[in-house]
Amino acid sequence: MREAWAPLAVLAAFAAAPLIGYSGAYETTLMARAMILGMAAVALAFLVGGAGLVSLGHAACLGVGAYAVAILDAHGVTEAAVVLPAAIGAAALFALATGAVAIRTSGVHFIMITLAFGQMAFFTASSLAAYGGDDGYTLYGRTEVAGTRLLEDRLAFHYLCLAALTLTWASCAMLLASRFGRVLRAARENAQRVEAVGLAPYPFRLIAYAIAGAVGGLAGFLLANATEFVSPATLSWQRSGELLFMVILGGAGRLWGGILGALVFVMLETWLAQQTPHWKLVFGPMLVLAVLFLRGGLAGLVARRG
Amino acid sequence: MADPLLRLEDLRKHYGGLAVTDGVTLEVRPGEIHAVIGPNGAGKTTLIHEVSGLVAPDAGRILLAGRDITRLSAPARVRAGLARTFQITSVVPGFTALENVALAVQARTGSSFRFFRPAAAEPATNAAAMAALAEIGLADRAAIPAGALSHGEKRALELAIALATRPRLLLLDEPLAGAGPEETERLIALLARLRPAYTILLVEHDMQAVFALADRVSVLVYGRVIATGTVGEIRGNPEVRAAYLGEEEA
Amino acid sequence: MTAQLLLVQALNGLQLGILLFLVAAGLTLVFGVMDFINLAHGVQYMLGAYLGAAFAAATGSFWWGLALALPAALAAGLVLEVLVFRHLYARDHLSQVLATFGVILFLNEGVKVVWGAAPLQVPIPPLLDGGIEISPGLQYPIYRVAVLGAGLATAALLWWLVERTRAGMLVRAGATNAPMVAALGVDITRLFTLVFAFGAMLAGFAGVLAGPIFSVEPGMGDHVLILAFVVIVIGGIGSIRGAFLAALLVGLIDTLGKSLMPNLMRLFLDPSSARQAGAALASMLVYVAMAAILAFRPAGLFPVRTG
Repeated sequence: MREAWAPLAVLAAFAAAPLIGYSGAYETTLMARAMILGMAAVALAFLVGGAGLVSLGHAACLGVGAYAVAILDAHGVTEAAVVLPAAIGAAALFALATGAVAIRTSGVHFIMITLAFGQMAFFTASSLAAYGGDDGYTLYGRTEVAGTRLLEDRLAFHYLCLAALTLTWASCAMLLASRFGRVLRAARENAQRVEAVGLAPYPFRLIAYAIAGAVGGLAGFLLANATEFVSPATLSWQRSGELLFMVILGGAGRLWGGILGALVFVMLETWLAQQTPHWKLVFGPMLVLAVLFLRGGLAGLVARRG
Repeated sequence: MADPLLRLEDLRKHYGGLAVTDGVTLEVRPGEIHAVIGPNGAGKTTLIHEVSGLVAPDAGRILLAGRDITRLSAPARVRAGLARTFQITSVVPGFTALENVALAVQARTGSSFRFFRPAAAEPATNAAAMAALAEIGLADRAAIPAGALSHGEKRALELAIALATRPRLLLLDEPLAGAGPEETERLIALLARLRPAYTILLVEHDMQAVFALADRVSVLVYGRVIATGTVGEIRGNPEVRAAYLGEEEA
Repeated sequence: MTAQLLLVQALNGLQLGILLFLVAAGLTLVFGVMDFINLAHGVQYMLGAYLGAAFAAATGSFWWGLALALPAALAAGLVLEVLVFRHLYARDHLSQVLATFGVILFLNEGVKVVWGAAPLQVPIPPLLDGGIEISPGLQYPIYRVAVLGAGLATAALLWWLVERTRAGMLVRAGATNAPMVAALGVDITRLFTLVFAFGAMLAGFAGVLAGPIFSVEPGMGDHVLILAFVVIVIGGIGSIRGAFLAALLVGLIDTLGKSLMPNLMRLFLDPSSARQAGAALASMLVYVAMAAILAFRPAGLFPVRTG
């Protein structure tokens, strides 16, 4: 836990930022994005580093959550007490259904199947003309909390995202340390050994997948509210790839790597995009180099020093 | 005579045209150490896989204490009292020796679908795991990651894990493979101490170990049991000599 | 939906399937022999299309475009192999996914910089222009028939190479159990490079063929890649035969689904809802089929791996 000074420092920085002057619309949106993607990345790190499930379809869970907000909004339902559980529930259900099939496979199969299901969600969202189709959907306003426009208060939303991020990290850490987590971690390294003590890995993995999906749904809910706009791009496999990048950038071995990875990614993406419209020409090779040379990710670098 | 703890009835398995298990009928009595020997390619490891549930036989039955377990999954058979070790040692390298055994204890005691309390802080589980390690002689290596243990220590750890599931029947797949002379002595002594509390079906190449440990021996040749009997009976059996022992200095 | 329209759509489906097969064949071997998950295979297809379009425009002839594009696409593939892929064979799948993802980002942006974001037009060669009558009163484009023919011929060539030559035997053995083949003294690096290069060329070839039919634009390889993944998962990793059958199946399901689904929905819904629901369901169809097949055969229809 001593090694976790870096992510703890980041969380503290997020907590302090609005109070020391970073409270404008631009900064808070950027920070919200970093925190929300950080949540999703921590959940993915839980799957990848904890359970050994490399999912290339995680963005789909965010998308399902975001679209739940959009679809309910289109029908006039904006109360958080309904929208939030709907977003989380829909995403968890999606993860459960696709996971039930995907987790029967492993390795390369699993990666490809999660990618395929992510694409399925993407195409489905693109074809929903009533909710914007390819062009996306603009919310009438942010989700209301008990009838109030609480979430439209920048500070309130900022600290809500921070709370969600912290809660996600704490919960995933707790899960990994529990009996449930022990079976997951063992199965990641040696599924045969787990079976040989009398436990079948499948139900544990499926539950982990559904939990990660639920967190994705929560992140999607927050994302929809942050930008007040939802489009199929949220579900694209490029987004899933970016989430995996955050995990590996942070270091797949540690949950909090997702927090660091998301922050660096958002900063990098924002800065690069300001330099050139063709920033992916730079970002692509950076990704390749990071994979080739940054083994253990940033978390590995931090841990070695700390 | 007591009912057999394990009974294999006319087990058959073929890959393509090759019959790897060709009608194996075998009984293991409670409290005995029953060795299965045979030349390379006889199908010994496949037989262990069929009994433990990794490979599904094409025909035949497997009965554990009279209960037909032929259709049970491998984890279900473990819960029914059947534990095994592997020819290529199979532990969780990133876990400490203690946590490896604790996993087995956890599987046996209460549900693993617990999400809130830290597993490493369960006093009862840890105590049981330490006791199993002590029994095997690995108590002082408890905090070492299993991947860092020596080959012999890993083998002993596997045995400790298997024992921690409190099995009625232990399947040991060449426990002495790759062991040096000192280690072999240790492991033989260890296994000898397990009788009669545990019943053991042992596949082994090392004849010294087999003759020292086995109550009864079955000889497997080309997927078929050609003889079953005590060590003395097997040594004297001309068919066995011809097929197997005759090729080495017995 | 008349029988004639159905026939046209079925032929289109087969033709999509054959293109998918060309892309999937190389991919399934690379997965099977090298256990290397290559997301960048789709850009091989895209590069083939762009190079074919560029050379055709420069020389004024589709055939010259094809002849020049193939070795160029192969060369590009080998450059990528040496620069990036080679260093990933021993790494874990996550690293492979991310590094090849980086390659996609780079090349998708790269073609945008070189050729612009607007789709390129590739004219059908005069020799193959026009239609032939496949049934009374029904014309079908000759070019599409030619693509179908070329694809089948390549499939036959591939089958012969894999089943009847020594190199092919090594590839098949490698797809079943690569460490074993290496242990038998086969130069596994040369085998890897051979498999990779051949796969890259097949994908590039498919790209050139696709130029006149589908639009040549940045990112065109991404959708094809994912469909190719579905093909491989359904067919069984490492199996050419599986890839062939699965590719035709996926091509047919996708094409027929897109044309039939909206009509099917008209039985239950009003026209505009039917169109929407039909489109939504059609896009899910291939993946639902994949899920259904995997439910019964998690290793695909013709699994090959034993190692």
